[in-house]
Amino acid sequence: MKILVCISKAPDTTSKISFTSDRTAFDETGVQYIVNPYDEWYALVRALEIKETQGAEITIITVGNASDEAIMRKALAIGADEAVRIDAEPKDAYFVATAIADYAKNQGFDLILTGKETINFNGSQIGGMIAELLDQPYISVASKLELSSNTLTLEREIAGGVEVVEVDMPAVVSCAKGMAEQRIPNMRGIMAARTKPLQIISPKGLDMLTSYVTFASPPPKSGVKLVDVDNLDELVSLLHNEAKVI
Amino acid sequence: MKNVVYLHAENALNKAALEIVSYAQRLGGNVTVLATGSLSNDILSTLGNYGASEVIVHRTLSNNDDQNLTSWIASMSSEAANIVFSHDFTGKAIAPRLSVRLKSGLVSGAVALPESDGSVKVNVFSGKAFGFVKCHSSQRIISLLPNSVAPEPIGAACPVIELNDAVGPNKVRVLSVKKPEGAIPLPEADRVVSGGRGLKGPEHWGILEDLAKTLGAATACSRPVADIGWRPHHEHVGQTGVAIRPNLYIAVGISGAIQHLAGVNGSKVIVVINTDAEAPFFKAADYGIVGDAFEVVPKFTAALKKFAGQ
Ligand SMILES: Cc1cc2nc3c(=O)[nH]c(=O)nc-3n(C[C@H](O)[C@H](O)[C@H](O)COP(=O)(O)OP(=O)(O)OC[C@H]3O[C@@H](n4cnc5c(N)ncnc54)[C@H](O)[C@@H]3O)c2cc1C
Repeated sequence: MKILVCISKAPDTTSKISFTSDRTAFDETGVQYIVNPYDEWYALVRALEIKETQGAEITIITVGNASDEAIMRKALAIGADEAVRIDAEPKDAYFVATAIADYAKNQGFDLILTGKETINFNGSQIGGMIAELLDQPYISVASKLELSSNTLTLEREIAGGVEVVEVDMPAVVSCAKGMAEQRIPNMRGIMAARTKPLQIISPKGLDMLTSYVTFASPPPKSGVKLVDVDNLDELVSLLHNEAKVI
Repeated sequence: MKNVVYLHAENALNKAALEIVSYAQRLGGNVTVLATGSLSNDILSTLGNYGASEVIVHRTLSNNDDQNLTSWIASMSSEAANIVFSHDFTGKAIAPRLSVRLKSGLVSGAVALPESDGSVKVNVFSGKAFGFVKCHSSQRIISLLPNSVAPEPIGAACPVIELNDAVGPNKVRVLSVKKPEGAIPLPEADRVVSGGRGLKGPEHWGILEDLAKTLGAATACSRPVADIGWRPHHEHVGQTGVAIRPNLYIAVGISGAIQHLAGVNGSKVIVVINTDAEAPFFKAADYGIVGDAFEVVPKFTAALKKFAGQ
């Protein structure tokens, strides 16, 4: 059983989001990067649980430059077996997906996991693109994953309901809340991560289909209007007459 | 010019369906709606009111069959300038596949019509910012965030063509589907009432549910509330939960941590109810009440009922 977990870096969730003066790029000054929470908490930890109960070999992969090795070591410290870094500045989802699919196509992975989205670009694109490139089924936004011989049983939370589906491997799954619980790496894991293999691959001839031309910050709120606890009729009237939302 | 929209509909046309048809119409040109699901031809034909020129509904293709579905949409889209999805479960599953199949750029999470330079505004950093995305391909695939455009009735009913073609085997076998009747899906809800740790326990959610019912709102919660199991996971909103952009968001007993705000600050109007006047949420709010939820919420519900009765 071979599992590939795609991980991405993301700015720490407390980061203030600002952009370069020409607004064409994210301003990284002082930003601390973490493993994208969906990739770490759900995709990677579920892969580890499968490894512990059924046996599996877990490879993590990221498309990025040398500075991303810090988040890769974190994923190794949590328990992945080996890491692959495709040495390129990620340009768009298609660029990243083709780089990963190109690596994965001859490696015989039974299961490829991604997070349901990154918390910086929120695209939900990579998993579906990899699946299409490898001609495999794709289960998106799964909140539960069980494995029995070669078959996956998955749950997806659809608009307040739950859908249960079954699919044979190889397959690609994007992982959401519910699938596993966050794990904190321990000292042994952190020590072991230092010597785990981290392979660097040069990509070849990758295309991109989209790009960001500019970024903008949402306009600030003009300030809160406080209403007294004993005057809720006024709140109702403000929501009706001023805000026009009721 | 021709635009294609894909949607799945079982019992009714939801708001997201009307939004994407209306969005495609406003892109200019004819709109062909490709549909799956069991919704009747009569109801599907009403999509014409929102700008569809025709609806082609495939009765034998499952919306879970992303591979065959992608093939069908691709085969019907060769002349389309834009292919529009809702950024929901189906959109998230199919649009990326289609992007690879057609080698056309995917703009996911669009919140507005294209700018004059052809770029499209999307939510990034979980709602902490916006990005403007350009496609380098001649065709453009867009998945639209619910509640981003208001559907506009403009025309009359349109023809519906039914397909019953045999499809190849589906690799994804659906074992069961549980869908609560009548529940408003959170991302589509116009109004949302949300509770945090300040409510002190799941047994106190009754007051929020009363408020939500009075407003016709969906209920949501902060992350710790879902983590402790007071509320189901799918109600968790924020940076690591569902991102929503309702017209009205009422936050009760939620402090307004940066990760929570990220998922809700696209809301048009925010009302905050909190005992702590210093709670960070007040900085992101339009209206606020400094007070105890257990006193304020029932009074608020009563005031709304009084207003509705007038
Ligand atoms: C990586 C990461 C991701 C995260 N993602 C999310 C996310 O997606 N969504 C999310 O919500 N959080 C997220 N969090 C957690 C976030 O940082 C906060 O801890 C969380 O939002 C706090 O929830 P809360 O406001 O319900 O609780 P608290 O912070 O405990 O606030 C409770 C509030 O209730 C008020 N209160 C108490 N009693 C009453 C009363 N009787 N009446 C009225 N008000 C009362 C208090 O004054 C306080 O402001 C994330 C954190 C991390 C580190």
